[in-house]
Amino acid sequence: MVYLLKRAWSESPLNAVLVPMLLLVLLVTLAPLVQAADPVADPAVKGNGYQGAEYWRDVTRGVAGYSATPGNEAGVLINRSGDEWRLVRNQQVKPYGAWLLGGTLLVLVLVFMLLGRNKIKEGRSGRTLKRWDLVDRVLHWSVAGLFVLLALTGLSILYGRHFLLDALGGGFGGFMQFSKLVHNYLGPLFVICLALMLLKWLGRNIFNAVDLRWFARLGGLFGGHPSAGYMNGGEKMWYWVLFFGGVAICATGLVMDFPNFGQLRDTMQDANLIHAGVSLVLICGALAHAYMGSLGTEGVFEGMVSGEVDENWAKQHHNLWYDEAKGHKPPQ
Amino acid sequence: MARMKFLCDAERCIECNGCVTACKNANEVPWGVNRRRVVTINDGEPNEISLSVACMHCTDAPCMAVCPVDCFYQTEDGIVLHNKDTCIGCGYCLYACPFGAPQFPQDGAFGQRGKMDKCTFCAGGPEEDHSEAERAKYGANRIAEGKLPLCAEMCSTKALLAGDADDVSDIYRERVIYRGSNSGAWGQNLAYNPAGRKSN
Repeated sequence: MVYLLKRAWSESPLNAVLVPMLLLVLLVTLAPLVQAADPVADPAVKGNGYQGAEYWRDVTRGVAGYSATPGNEAGVLINRSGDEWRLVRNQQVKPYGAWLLGGTLLVLVLVFMLLGRNKIKEGRSGRTLKRWDLVDRVLHWSVAGLFVLLALTGLSILYGRHFLLDALGGGFGGFMQFSKLVHNYLGPLFVICLALMLLKWLGRNIFNAVDLRWFARLGGLFGGHPSAGYMNGGEKMWYWVLFFGGVAICATGLVMDFPNFGQLRDTMQDANLIHAGVSLVLICGALAHAYMGSLGTEGVFEGMVSGEVDENWAKQHHNLWYDEAKGHKPPQ
Repeated sequence: MARMKFLCDAERCIECNGCVTACKNANEVPWGVNRRRVVTINDGEPNEISLSVACMHCTDAPCMAVCPVDCFYQTEDGIVLHNKDTCIGCGYCLYACPFGAPQFPQDGAFGQRGKMDKCTFCAGGPEEDHSEAERAKYGANRIAEGKLPLCAEMCSTKALLAGDADDVSDIYRERVIYRGSNSGAWGQNLAYNPAGRKSN
């Protein structure tokens, strides 16, 4: 039945006239609408012509979209900076840091073997001078103790998987867990102690003309003893290295220590690289400082333990301070 | 030997977030942790495209390269898994991951990160298969049951494919062949972008 009707319709002469007419009407009425909807004619329509390749290029550039999932950067499909961070950390910071540490230790061993211990030339006088207050010593040893703990745990985090994994075996996980906790919780304490120490010692560490002459003679490395006040040029330099390096590692450390302030991956990657790089330099500096402050120089370690130094040591290393402490007039 | 892979067909994903829900349910992940998420680029505009993303189980995975405790391992099927007993929650894998896959439940004071959690391709972890410990730490182990990840299994449009790389690419290749009409048309482009249609 339906078939017959269809056939009748298609064979009707009316059909030949009606269908083209209807089509014409449709075209005329719809044409302006089609024109208006065509984005080619309206360049203001956003996303026009945004095609496959272009889209993927944007995604790999790290363009963010929308995600119903909450969380920092949930809308970012590709983390652009991750690769760069990994390469800098694994191929630059880690190997160069290891060379720097090894080189520093080697130089210190060589210095000790070639130059030996820097002795008090006139021997001990038996009379002592007060050099470091109790506050100074407490600050120094809190910073030093925390520094050693943070350096050991930090180095474990940077290099541990290469040697501690075999050395500790099953205990590795527990040790690293402990390392991270120590590093994260003692870090802020180190910030406070370091800040107090740097503030207390700021006044003594302003460079002056005496330090210039001290540096010009390389601190008396090759004979003679250039004049020095309470702190010599080298000690002041170490202070400022610790000052700027300390600010850098403390700031970057806090950025990583408290991830709950919404800082993004890029910030933490940069913080991590600065933190690791500067810390490695400071560890090398601290090794040299520790060597000079104990094994390398006679009569200096006791100053930071008891606060008292031998007068002859003071005369030899800090003659201007010695004169001042003894009430002598500076030589004109 | 199989090489397990995910593939999300951007021409099919409709941002229903069914994969996210399936994952959460299958693995009983903690609050605030989403092993899988759907990202929509150009949301609400012409050329809106959605993609479901989770750990992509990279060959030579960046997370493995930066982990300070070396807690990652790759199974014979190419699935990247990690040991939560060793993980210290430092966040380095998150810095390195190209896809933002590693997730960290907040644990303890000062926003301290807990142990990292991420997509396991529904393959559990280093614990014994289907043990209590594995279930608690890593969630489902469907691979050990001979099943594929639940997110892909439950995908309403079959946009998300999971399985052996050869099978996944066979399915996808077949789709592309059938999908391409005039001069290899792309689905989204053809559907939503008259300009793109003209240029094809």
